[in-house]
Amino acid sequence: MTNSRISRRDVLVGSSALAIGATFSTRVLSAAPPATAVTPQLIEAAKKEGKAVWYTSIDLPIAEKVGKAFEAKYPGIAVRVERSGAERVFQRLGQEYASNIHACDVVNSSDASHSIVWKKANLLEAFVPEDVAKFYPAEHKDPDGTFASFRVSLCIIAYNTDLVKKEDAPKSFADLLDPKWKNKLVKAHPSYSGTIMTATFQMARDLGWGYFEQLAKQNVMQVQSSADPPKRLSIGERAVMADGNEYNIFEMGEKGGPVAPVYATEGSPLIVGPTSVFKQAPNPNAAKLFTAFCFTPECQQLIIDQGGLRSVHPQAKDKPGRTPFKDVKVMKDDPAGVEASSDEIKQKYAKIFKV
Amino acid sequence: MTIVIPAAPAPPPRKYGIDFTKPVLYGFAVILCVLILLPLSWLFLYSLTDAKGALTLANFYRLFTESSFYDPLVTTFIIATSSAVICCAVAAPMGWLVARTDLPFSGVIRALVTASFVTPPFLGAIAWEVLAAPNSGLLNKIFRSVTGADQDVHLFNIYSIEGIIFVISCYTFPYVFVLVANSLDRTPGELEDASSILGGGRWYTARRVTIPLVLPALLAGALVAFLQAMTLFGSPAILALPAGFHTMTTKIWSLFQYPPKPELAAAASLPLLILTVFLLRAEHMILGRRGYSVVGGKYGQPRLIPLHGMRWAAFLICVLVLTLPVFLPYAALLNAAFSPVATTFVTFKNATMHNIYFVLFELSAASLALKNTVILGTATATIGTTIAVVIAYVTARQAVTGWRVLGFLATAPIAIPGIVLGVGLFLSYTRPPFVLYGTLWILLIAFVTIALPSAYQQLQAAFRTIHPELEDASRILGATRLRSLWEITAPLLRTGVIATWCFIFVGVMRELSAAIILFTSETKVISVLIYDLNESGDLGAIAVIGIGMLLITFAVVTAVNRIPGFGNVRFRT
Repeated sequence: MTNSRISRRDVLVGSSALAIGATFSTRVLSAAPPATAVTPQLIEAAKKEGKAVWYTSIDLPIAEKVGKAFEAKYPGIAVRVERSGAERVFQRLGQEYASNIHACDVVNSSDASHSIVWKKANLLEAFVPEDVAKFYPAEHKDPDGTFASFRVSLCIIAYNTDLVKKEDAPKSFADLLDPKWKNKLVKAHPSYSGTIMTATFQMARDLGWGYFEQLAKQNVMQVQSSADPPKRLSIGERAVMADGNEYNIFEMGEKGGPVAPVYATEGSPLIVGPTSVFKQAPNPNAAKLFTAFCFTPECQQLIIDQGGLRSVHPQAKDKPGRTPFKDVKVMKDDPAGVEASSDEIKQKYAKIFKV
Repeated sequence: MTIVIPAAPAPPPRKYGIDFTKPVLYGFAVILCVLILLPLSWLFLYSLTDAKGALTLANFYRLFTESSFYDPLVTTFIIATSSAVICCAVAAPMGWLVARTDLPFSGVIRALVTASFVTPPFLGAIAWEVLAAPNSGLLNKIFRSVTGADQDVHLFNIYSIEGIIFVISCYTFPYVFVLVANSLDRTPGELEDASSILGGGRWYTARRVTIPLVLPALLAGALVAFLQAMTLFGSPAILALPAGFHTMTTKIWSLFQYPPKPELAAAASLPLLILTVFLLRAEHMILGRRGYSVVGGKYGQPRLIPLHGMRWAAFLICVLVLTLPVFLPYAALLNAAFSPVATTFVTFKNATMHNIYFVLFELSAASLALKNTVILGTATATIGTTIAVVIAYVTARQAVTGWRVLGFLATAPIAIPGIVLGVGLFLSYTRPPFVLYGTLWILLIAFVTIALPSAYQQLQAAFRTIHPELEDASRILGATRLRSLWEITAPLLRTGVIATWCFIFVGVMRELSAAIILFTSETKVISVLIYDLNESGDLGAIAVIGIGMLLITFAVVTAVNRIPGFGNVRFRT
């Protein structure tokens, strides 16, 4: 615990500038490690380990589907999904590492700033799967090979189509402040969810904290995970979600659930979820094999089709019927910015929303 | 003749026996001291230091000046007081009806109270979310479809302070019920007979004799209910956070989130600890006076008051009340398990096995959590029962000097709320020389500590029913203390021991507040898994796991119920 706190403070004091610098400049300076191919030796070694432990914040059913797809492809290697909110995962990993517990093989967070912290603390293995090396755009992979964007999504507004007519639905974040939405909103929590942490950063930057202060007066139902507002929406517990996962809304809507997305006119916060292998992974080979699998077109297509997520793998195809990325106005992501202000965001948020 | 006596085998083993007993007992005393004193010392120390380790009172200053700290304190106090009052108002008449009147099927009522007692409170809270969430709650849906009310109108809102008080009362009133019913069971019938003989009518007797006799138990019950409501973590975390407020336990837990502030968490724990110690002292004073009511030889069976025409009405009211903690929530869980969406009514058309399939075949964390829970349940029950047996024996027979201290140490953990113990253990065992965090050991220590007081009290009660004359006879005939314990006392005690073992096992399944602080990914237990699932809104999976958990619990309780003599011991807390 103490360790992780110190490392976080170190980063805070020393190097948000340095971290940004690293992202943009080291591409020239440092050679990324060569791509690692999936060799029979790697598969054999992974089978000997027999399991991989995946800490992630993706909605549990989707995470388990990825795990099962991997198990089907590589029989004999079980994936155990440890799913919690990204901020919770971050705290747990910090606490575990401070006590010398190295249980995590692969991590996937919806708060991209976590990768910066872990990389600074020298916890991440430089491991570049072939797909990442060949196909992934430079802005979606670490020049030193410690992480790459496993998933991309948006944090959006959505409404229950049984309770709200399309023409009455909010069009923007500002619309949510209308008194008619009092008692009808649900939103998730930035101290739990990395998606909401990232979104809160972008919205506070672009809209100002005043937006949240007014939103708090709407008597919002406060849940934890960004996967929960879509679920509350679909059961009709609240009419509109003020924030939450776009991917759950896609997935539910396509199954006939009464939910529809809204892309706010101010822009929707962009959520990038990087995946990394830990240096001290207890199952290092299974960790690498699983991570390589995560970035294959096969797995990327799975998280698109069944999960509603978006991919930056050029071979993965958008699912028809979903608003394409290029048609959505997106807020700019800034992991280093989140990294520098996450503690402050949590404090301000707790003050405004009382929990 | 005098030559023969030294050759007799009796004296040497006796001497050996006494020598052997003492080290064992002092060993237990040391273990108890470490179990309790180590976490509490760290708690005190941390509460008085800042993040860098320098001595300061700043933590307490913040605690009592910042509204984000004292608001939860006030909320907790309101919740605990209201719950205690409601519990007494419901449980006392029910306990009286069951113990002292000719209520039909009183065994069924007792069984239903048992069912609500073994239901994990956090599971009950989630089930009530499904039932009484303002818009999607099943009860509110029924209400709207019956009255034709508008979508915005709702009958119940579980995400409110009233909702929390209600749910906490549902799963706390059994404590009061058991204290009252047991006390009435034990109150000698002769006292009431005396009143009747002297011309007092039935109701007069009840008012002037029975109720005063049971009043101490009722007050004690109120305190226990207050403490339970105050120290519960799961229910407020599930119901208060969505409504936008904290209680003390959720606040302490939130201080453990990143960036963790253990100093503040420790400081925030102390008011709970101090209040608990204070209230238990009060309880002790009240219970201490109760002694006169149970002194006596062999009592006559208390006479049952005939309810006449009111019999079935009373039974119906009891069942109706028990619908709230048992039937409705269980029905909601069953519905959620087979429904495509937790808050849609299951029909033949939409019924699905998806949730069951998900839990059994896809939820990869479930098997480890189940394994951990079973290991911890078994180990905690075995170790806890062993320690409790030894200490109960020592105090019941006053076997060594200092037995009072042992008894006190075994009861002391009752004053430590689960979440406070969790914080204390976390601070104690994440540093050398005892780095236990990340192992099942730290959870084992927590669970044994939490289970010890009630296990000890149950077994002490069991020892009281075995007259020391039997042991004395064995000792006089030359057996050592340990041998007479093994050959005479142990067989007589068997049912009580098994009952206590099961009681602890069930308690481990219910435990969340210490586990939520102490678990790691490798040492997750079922209760934490359910809590995790609740945070991401996976109600269907929770329903399946919850029902599985209840089935295991009922299997254990039913197995124990078959053993004669259990009935009385079960609830003594």
